[in-house]
Amino acid sequence: MNDLDKSMALGGQPPKSLTLGQRLAVGLGLMGLGILVLAATNPGFPQKPLWLGLSLGAIFLATLWFSWETYAHSGPGIKNDGTWFKSISSRGAMAWVLGLALTGFYIVLYFYPEFLGLVDQGPNRGLIALFDPLSRLLSGQPASQWFVYGTLYTLAILAFGLKFLWKYRHSPYQRLRTLSVMLFQTAFAFILPELMARLNGHKILEGGSLPYLDIKSIWPLNYYNFESYRIKGFLGSGDIGLALLVLAVLSILVITPVLTYRYGKRWYCSWVCGCGALAETAGDPFRQLSDKSIAAWKLERWMVHLVLVFVVVMTTAVVHSYLGTDTSKYWLTKKVFLIGVALLLSAVFTWAMRFRGKQLQKDAKLGAISCFVIILVLIGLHLFSGEGHVFWIKSESLRKTYGFLIGSIFSGVVGTGFYPIFGSRVWCRFGCPMAAILGFQQKLFSRFRITTNGGQCISCGNCSTYCEMGIDVRAYAQRGQNIVRSSCVGCGICSAVCPRGVLKLENGPHRGRIDSREFLLGNDLDLVELAKGNGP
Amino acid sequence: MEHIVIIGNGIAGVTAARHIRKGSRHRISIISSESEHFFSRTALMYVYMGHMPFEDTKPYGDHFWKKNRIELVHAHVAGVDPLERKVRFQGGGALAFDRLILACGSQPNTLGCPGEELQGVQGLYFKQDLELLERNAKDRTTCKRAVIVGGGLIGIELAEMLRSRDIPVTFLVRETSFWNSVLPEGESAMVGEHIREHHIDLRLNATLKEIRSDGQGRARSVVLAETGEEIACDLVGLAVGVSPNIEFLRDSGIALDRGVLVDQFLETNCPGVYAIGDCAQLKEPPPGRRPIEAVWYTGRIMGETLARTLCGQPSAYSPGPWFNSAKFLDIEYQTYGRVLPQQRKGNSEVHFHWRHPRKKLCVTLAFDGQSQRFLGINALGLRLRHGTVEGWLRGNLSIDQVMETLADANFDPEFHKKYEGAILDKYNMDFNKALGRKKKDHRPMFQWGCMVYPTDKTNDSGR
Repeated sequence: MNDLDKSMALGGQPPKSLTLGQRLAVGLGLMGLGILVLAATNPGFPQKPLWLGLSLGAIFLATLWFSWETYAHSGPGIKNDGTWFKSISSRGAMAWVLGLALTGFYIVLYFYPEFLGLVDQGPNRGLIALFDPLSRLLSGQPASQWFVYGTLYTLAILAFGLKFLWKYRHSPYQRLRTLSVMLFQTAFAFILPELMARLNGHKILEGGSLPYLDIKSIWPLNYYNFESYRIKGFLGSGDIGLALLVLAVLSILVITPVLTYRYGKRWYCSWVCGCGALAETAGDPFRQLSDKSIAAWKLERWMVHLVLVFVVVMTTAVVHSYLGTDTSKYWLTKKVFLIGVALLLSAVFTWAMRFRGKQLQKDAKLGAISCFVIILVLIGLHLFSGEGHVFWIKSESLRKTYGFLIGSIFSGVVGTGFYPIFGSRVWCRFGCPMAAILGFQQKLFSRFRITTNGGQCISCGNCSTYCEMGIDVRAYAQRGQNIVRSSCVGCGICSAVCPRGVLKLENGPHRGRIDSREFLLGNDLDLVELAKGNGP
Repeated sequence: MEHIVIIGNGIAGVTAARHIRKGSRHRISIISSESEHFFSRTALMYVYMGHMPFEDTKPYGDHFWKKNRIELVHAHVAGVDPLERKVRFQGGGALAFDRLILACGSQPNTLGCPGEELQGVQGLYFKQDLELLERNAKDRTTCKRAVIVGGGLIGIELAEMLRSRDIPVTFLVRETSFWNSVLPEGESAMVGEHIREHHIDLRLNATLKEIRSDGQGRARSVVLAETGEEIACDLVGLAVGVSPNIEFLRDSGIALDRGVLVDQFLETNCPGVYAIGDCAQLKEPPPGRRPIEAVWYTGRIMGETLARTLCGQPSAYSPGPWFNSAKFLDIEYQTYGRVLPQQRKGNSEVHFHWRHPRKKLCVTLAFDGQSQRFLGINALGLRLRHGTVEGWLRGNLSIDQVMETLADANFDPEFHKKYEGAILDKYNMDFNKALGRKKKDHRPMFQWGCMVYPTDKTNDSGR
């Protein structure tokens, strides 16, 4: 092993260590976190609003201070110096410590909320109680573990969002995109649902109570959106409830395909989505850790589509379980619903194979298998299931399995907990069914592509290294080929880190979307061939 | 089936190998002593700066070579015998070939001044240089100051690298302004300002007289020729250009000059022996081009061209309009066509220069004063669309036509501020014209898309 490799592997002795200011900022942030830990272990914390404010304020200010120390003393430009030397961003000891701490937090959050102070009957204690004043301010209700999580989640996106804005201040695309995710998270995911909860029982909801709703969270990401209790909530809440339900359905069938057609899946994944928001802000220091191997790419295609099949079957089963059988009562019966779903899937499948079969290649087989599996299952569902049963399995247990495996373990514990080990988009890449649907649309009929600038690529590999989705961008760029990949979330970092201005995210007509020449631009051989009439 | 042996696993040799594999069933061997696998030389700086691990600088995964039946030989070539059709290795052994491709690249120049042999004096070219730099300049405590000699692209990369570890840098440039043997005045001045913004001690009109030793074989300081000033330092970075790496071919019978002499089919005087990339010297370079062009793109284009010849379609080397790119610290640089520097441009070539009043952005467009024909464009801090500019050059557009449709070539990321209006205003003022902007035509963006080839899917996806 040579010297170079050694210095890479150690990673614990960066050639450039933290400045005094950065150290102090880290200290302040740890103090803020310390208050939270203290609150979690203390049943009766005094003067909650004050301590909560101090804690969250300290964390927020510490992040800003750290960013200032890191980026204020240099001009606008790429700020990746030392990324692979720092323990925290190169899978060093610090990364493992942080990874374990985050994972631990998620396990407690999902499975042992009582450790955070959740009390079954009666007032909250510990950490959750500390958040009671803020929760009452917003929704009028005491806090839950989800409120605590939502607050910290939003805080992370805001604080690290500001850090990101500073880091990429030379790029208007990055600035706008980050402001967008910060806004959507704060307004739509955090404040609005809390305020909406205040309306419950109010006369404009006709006395009904809406389910807790983040309207930008679309099925299948929001896999529980069509469950019985939520539908009842929507339908029992007057015109507003009905409007929200209609919006939820339109989002899937109309809004999503139209926006993805125009802009690619980035409109959602890196401009709106909450998971994307965290990945792009707090997760940014870990983006380079994504696995770029071909094996990971294969695994990605299988997993993400299997999760999609799972969520479609699960949702269909759940909706099926509470629909009636009597057409005279309501037109949407079990039978109508199943036939509708089967028709929709067949239509999508037929269209994809008929008009886009060539583009699909391997993915086509995958898509075909998934679709047929779903359709077969649906038929089986109809034939063999009794009330609330699918293949003699309770649809409720199907839902619970999904909620546990995908909703909790995958998107939370692994997806976010392992940021410092696997990179920031593990969930989005391997598990998110929404990403699978949007990716399918992006690959087959979107106007979006990443254009490669003629023959300018120098194969340096910055684009591939910093692709959080593990796409080997360079493999395309060095062949002069545009990048049209279903997994691309359009974060634009490849374009930002490219030292030669080779990559540009853009929307345009389909012709020339996947441009490929035998020789790269700059060599006349192509023209010779063309003149001889061998060109297309 | 022939055995094609390639000496050198850089961009030229590897491109040739890939395209030969696409178009034939020849046996292919690539020899290199520098590294086991192809890596991107241009990315070495990012390894030292901590942007990328070395592993990521390899454009193709390690599985790629076996999968595509390209044999890799990790050995140093001592000599070539074109008559016996053999390559001899250092330490014994030989490899027989039917055809040989010399793609052995460059080696860094030295100045020939006293003290160059001392420890702590190095260039930056080979992978081994990076490993050496890791020892010579690990951080600001082991290297309290570095002096870089030579104001070219490698010099400024080296400065950027060292600054990423907070090492103070003195940058000695022989010219009166940074890289003004290539860049027009305004651009050279702007880059000079930017270098100083990065707290790099830029010394213009400065050359090295000698490097002084600390008495134990390490460099201690440098002395400037002009002023006699002595600057204490722990590292001396030599970045005074490169020359073809051809010493091992001296007595082979292959005709050499500064590089390996080749005809327009890239063949040397020995039949079946070819040279491409940095080491090749064209006997008759295409109009306006130099006989030796040690740049990435030339290596690649030569590799593509030669591969076609070896696959049965004899093709002369015919690069399209010149283009190149670089990055000066935070400023990206692209050039297309010909924009000559002040000292070489003569009277017929007229320049139009625009520079942003505050930001580090500028463009220079060159055109022929007589015919008004557009000759080329340099952009700093702005990105241009290669296909569009190439279309302008091939179409022999006039400077006015280019100015009217400048926006078509904009390749900046979405939402970036556009400057075509400001640029056109200045042009109108400078040349007393009243041009307006032609409405953006979306077609040029895809005009090269019509040349779509159904590329055969060889397994050259990356990792």
